[in-house]
Amino acid sequence: MGFDQYHEPAHELPAKTRTFARMCASLTEEAEAIGWYEQRLAVETDADALAIMRDAQGEEFKHFSMDLEFLLRRTPLWREIARGILFQSGDIVEHGEASEARATGESESGDEDASDDRSGSLGIGGDAGSVR
Amino acid sequence: MNHLLRQHAPITESGWALLDGEATQRLTPALGARRLIDFRGPHGWEHSATNLGRTEPVAASVQEGVAAVRRRVLTLAELRADFSVSVEELRDHERGALDVDLSSLDDAAHRIAVAENVAVFHGWAQADITGIVAASPYEQRPLGEEPDGYPRAVAGAVELLLSNGVGGPYGMALGREQYRRVVETAEHGGHLLLDHLRKILDGPIVWAPGVDGAVVLSLRGGDFIYDCGQDLSIGYRRHDDEVVQLYIEESFSFVVASADAAVALTA
Repeated sequence: MGFDQYHEPAHELPAKTRTFARMCASLTEEAEAIGWYEQRLAVETDADALAIMRDAQGEEFKHFSMDLEFLLRRTPLWREIARGILFQSGDIVEHGEASEARATGESESGDEDASDDRSGSLGIGGDAGSVR
Repeated sequence: MNHLLRQHAPITESGWALLDGEATQRLTPALGARRLIDFRGPHGWEHSATNLGRTEPVAASVQEGVAAVRRRVLTLAELRADFSVSVEELRDHERGALDVDLSSLDDAAHRIAVAENVAVFHGWAQADITGIVAASPYEQRPLGEEPDGYPRAVAGAVELLLSNGVGGPYGMALGREQYRRVVETAEHGGHLLLDHLRKILDGPIVWAPGVDGAVVLSLRGGDFIYDCGQDLSIGYRRHDDEVVQLYIEESFSFVVASADAAVALTA
């Protein structure tokens, strides 16, 4: 592939953003592969082929999860929202709205003045330091 | 709203963007330790301890014939640096002022960055953090006063690590004075000392205010673990008509997993 994951000139983008974009592209590719395998599995009849493709699809899902975790570690507010959505039972949409409201400090109806649109973290992480 | 209570501050979205941006700008270059160690997290404010995977005996079991041990953990420490911002300065920012006085924030950012570097490299006994320098089993070697001698000292440190089976690439944290000497010095033939040292290390040289001398360490990973609870964040304390009192805060622990992966060079 070329460098089409970038929508801005790559040389103008900081390294942190280029990495983030690469991981977003990787997440997309893993999700596509999961969907493709799901379709192949639906039509395949050979037992051995099915076993291999099921295994491969599981690998793609593992990669998808790792990509997602990477992105969430770099976006503290998204991470906080995701924490209220993932691995919860019940209504997914409700969890999404409630988790967003908790993380951003907004009321669920959205009528409270949101004076802060982030969790408060500066999001520096390990990408710091003056390096020569 | 979380424990930082930012919504209680009389600060607009634009004001918060100004403060967060300034803090990030001031903190990022000074957080040298983070460049050279494994950063894990952030796990959130509620994360209170790092698993050490070890146990300690419990004197008496609750039941005869049943052995008992207790898990050991390293509790996270919190660092907090207070600062203030003038309400009038924030109003001027809303009017479009470009030279808003954020000197108190700048000082706080530097203080907490130095504190983090010191905890990682020189330890923080009260928080049960053993620094990289104290943990290193090697005798400390002199870096010397003259920058001409730095390549020999750094090469010696790299060779010592290699001979103990610690692979590279390697990085080096430098204190303020040592960093200044490195970047200002050209060797015979006009070659920059900085370039020479980078070639020896095969890795980065990092400005780490708070470090005494220099520390050469392996960057192979898994040797030095910074476990982050809440990453650096700005919170709100109180305000009156003239001043908003705020703070920068983080929670973390630090564990040396392979003490022999670093060599300290004294100033």
